[in-house]
Amino acid sequence: MAKPDYLHFFIDPSRCIGCQACVHACTECDTHRGDAMIHLEYVDRGQSQQTVPVVCMHCEQPTCAEVCPADAIKRSADGVVQSALQPRCIACGNCVLACPFGVPEVYLERQIMMKCDMCYDRTSIGKRPMCATVCPSQALFFGTREQIDQLRPQSAPANRFQFGAQTITTRVFTMVPRRLASAVPFVDVTAAMNEEPPPREIRLKTVAAEWDPYADIEV
Amino acid sequence: MATLPVDDLRFTAQFGPHLSSMSGARLSTSIEPDRLVKTHCCFCGQQCGIQLKVQNNQVIGFEPWEEFPFNRGMLCPKGVKRYLQGSHPDRLLTALQRDPTAPGGFSALPYERAVQRVAQEIDRLQRTHGLASVGVLGGASLTTEKTYLLGKFARVCLRTPYIDYNGRLCMVSAGAANKKAFGIDRTTNPWSDMVGTEVIWVAGSNVAECSPITTNYIWQAREQGARVIVQDPRITPIARTCELYLPVKPGRDAALFAGVLQQMIEHDWLDHEFIRHHTVGFDQVAEYCREWTVARTSHVSGVPARAIEQAAEWWGTARTSFLFHARGIEHHSNGVQNALGTINLVLASGRIGKPKSGYGTIVGQGNGQGGREHGQKCDQLPGWRDISNPDHRKYIAGVWGVDERDLPGAGVDAYEMFRKIDAGEIRGLLSICFNPKVSLPDNSFITRALEKLEFYAVIDFFLNDTARHADIILPGSLHEEDEGTVTQVEGRVIKINKAVDCPGEAREDWRVIQDLAAALGRPHGMTFASSREIFDELRVASKGGVADYSGITYEKLEEQLGVFWPCYSEDPETGRPTANHPGTPRLFEPDSYNPVARGKGRFYFPDGRARFNVAEYRPPVDDISEDYPIFLTTGRVVSQFLSGTQTRRIGPLVKQYPEPRVEIHPKLAEKLAIADGDWTTAETRRGAITLRAMVVTTIRPDTIFIPYHWPGAKSVNQLTIAAQDPISKIPQYKVCGCRVRKADGPPVYAAVLEPQQ
Repeated sequence: MAKPDYLHFFIDPSRCIGCQACVHACTECDTHRGDAMIHLEYVDRGQSQQTVPVVCMHCEQPTCAEVCPADAIKRSADGVVQSALQPRCIACGNCVLACPFGVPEVYLERQIMMKCDMCYDRTSIGKRPMCATVCPSQALFFGTREQIDQLRPQSAPANRFQFGAQTITTRVFTMVPRRLASAVPFVDVTAAMNEEPPPREIRLKTVAAEWDPYADIEV
Repeated sequence: MATLPVDDLRFTAQFGPHLSSMSGARLSTSIEPDRLVKTHCCFCGQQCGIQLKVQNNQVIGFEPWEEFPFNRGMLCPKGVKRYLQGSHPDRLLTALQRDPTAPGGFSALPYERAVQRVAQEIDRLQRTHGLASVGVLGGASLTTEKTYLLGKFARVCLRTPYIDYNGRLCMVSAGAANKKAFGIDRTTNPWSDMVGTEVIWVAGSNVAECSPITTNYIWQAREQGARVIVQDPRITPIARTCELYLPVKPGRDAALFAGVLQQMIEHDWLDHEFIRHHTVGFDQVAEYCREWTVARTSHVSGVPARAIEQAAEWWGTARTSFLFHARGIEHHSNGVQNALGTINLVLASGRIGKPKSGYGTIVGQGNGQGGREHGQKCDQLPGWRDISNPDHRKYIAGVWGVDERDLPGAGVDAYEMFRKIDAGEIRGLLSICFNPKVSLPDNSFITRALEKLEFYAVIDFFLNDTARHADIILPGSLHEEDEGTVTQVEGRVIKINKAVDCPGEAREDWRVIQDLAAALGRPHGMTFASSREIFDELRVASKGGVADYSGITYEKLEEQLGVFWPCYSEDPETGRPTANHPGTPRLFEPDSYNPVARGKGRFYFPDGRARFNVAEYRPPVDDISEDYPIFLTTGRVVSQFLSGTQTRRIGPLVKQYPEPRVEIHPKLAEKLAIADGDWTTAETRRGAITLRAMVVTTIRPDTIFIPYHWPGAKSVNQLTIAAQDPISKIPQYKVCGCRVRKADGPPVYAAVLEPQQ
């Protein structure tokens, strides 16, 4: 069984409300009950409610697999990058350090790396992953390209990401504003870390306007 | 005497809250469930469909229920982890009696003896001090069947006027406003109507945390072009990306609505045709609004003038729109006026009773809607009938087979019941599904009142904070241990299904209530053999009332995946029996017929017209002052629910947000030399609390926020004021003056209590 190739995972951080339903639901998944493979972080809670859900992006050329000295990380034919193979993984953590999206984690007590496998037990039998099924804001969406086109007229899926000199193409899509999506080839993820950041080519609709509604309030 | 038999720490050691976690069958990846039970979440008013995995009479997990139309599999963290409330170490498995010599202050006794004790005490009090010396408190997390039965128990079995419920803390401002304006109290449209609308105004609702599933509807509407306006003193997650944020000062909502309406009048953004033909009272409202210039509105409400003008323009010129409000504008001593202010905006726009246009209050509790319709409210009889109306009394007395003269009259609201307990008028109390020691404002007064009770009995599944004062505790049922119906946020009646049997000596709440009636020797009308039998009587009792459920059956609920009331068994227009009435998803449609207007119009008044009501701004009671210069506002977080009796016992939910914190803006924090994480003391005229600070730019700099789910020294309701709306009697939870300082050190509780305790 394999994940049907017409079904895709889409992430739209602008919809995320930080509720953690995805994190809790992930712990109910039958392949890793009790542990969440999804990360949900505030960008800077002091400044904003913005949160970002991070699932494995399922890279076409997975960096985690490329750096694995034990050849323990495999991508199945349907493009899903699996957790490390138990007999091979030496829990060295190379993958953890190398993944540009910060996804894999080493479980020291079990001596293994585990990560999001797009709910392989569910998606391989045509079900939606737990996180995308429960997500009450549908920041996480699992479905067809036609569905996402119809449901999200304001945004378009992007799956090419630039990290410095490395360009990564992923199986998972991030939603970016539609009017910009076709004009630029990739989401430049690390641009903001440059000393003189270039003008952002795609402005993810995730940052609140710079207007401070409370500016005039004295205390 | 209902003083505590032992100190709080000893209770806590014995009865919790302790935390449940995934273990055993709940952690196993090899154990298959025996079956999946389609039911709903036990928490908020969204009532998401969910399938519970059951194995060996235990709920071991969940599976999304993607066919249920409202949430289509979506759940919030509470829904995902709700199953961990079952098989819990704190579950009450026997009846308990107060026993100061027992380790936790209570010892077990056989169920039958406990029921006898409660009946004897109630009987003794009523014989000695009169029927009204005993009161009953219910709750809106109960199924509609239980709320119906509880109302009947109070009126027919106990014959006391004193019954009320925790919806008093929740839905009553909206309910009273809806009654005054529309003659019916229900959200007007199914949520699916929202997609395709042009403007959505969210007034005082932290949608993302308190009704998370509604978020997707709002986002979906926005994808199709809707502008979202959010009115809140905090930038909640739903406000973060809204098109227009109105940073209203706590307690100033009615001023804002009057100012916006005045702008609509000045620019003639009104639906004159609708106002003329379908409403009354617009002129008086316009007259009141005249003084609410933009400048004055901005000064009073704290919302920038430009934002007021923008909101008025978007709202005034839209062709379709939705307006939602919730506790943010309702939890005020001016709560009914606030809600009427929103209704005036809706009526002036004429945008109601159409597919893409509607109005509603987002109910908080699981059965916030159904729980306020069938008779556990102090002034109400089933079918949303009025206990003071002679015709209504006569009809219900007929259904119940009692003399109308024997039905008591209207009682008083839940808070007033505690004043009557304090005054010695009410001496005995039976409560279920209510934790007033955590949830009522100024709760040191509630503790004092509880201590004065001569006899207090509680039906519950966990020993909640209030139940520590009880003489007898009867073990009732968890949500998944019984069947019945609830009515969710859209007005859709849905079916709750039983997944497991009650453990130990516990039994379904309705059986416990009937056992009490039997032990009192007053079993008349309290001999139902099933929830279904109760529902069938409720259908008859509601027939002809505004909340008419007579055409709803359990079968229809399952077939249609819910039925919107009113749903008639007899066509209201022709009087002919109709077996297949589908229910009423949308209210006030142009050609709709209702039994009150009888063809004269779409609204539920004899003339068929909606009412404009002057929605007057009044400053809050105990407003900010020189001594208490900062606004205190309170509310919820996404991972906890109400007084936390259930959610403070679910490990993963506690871990997400373990203890209450004080949200404070960096400007204010800097002035007070408070850093993120510092122990911080907030104090009002009623009490003080010390919690850690959470310094965030997402709150007005003149306001602090504290969530209310925790008991004792962590309870913000030590600080809130018991000022109530004169009409709805809802308490003013959302604003009072307070002062804030850095604490001298950690509070005493920090060393002895776990986060959830």
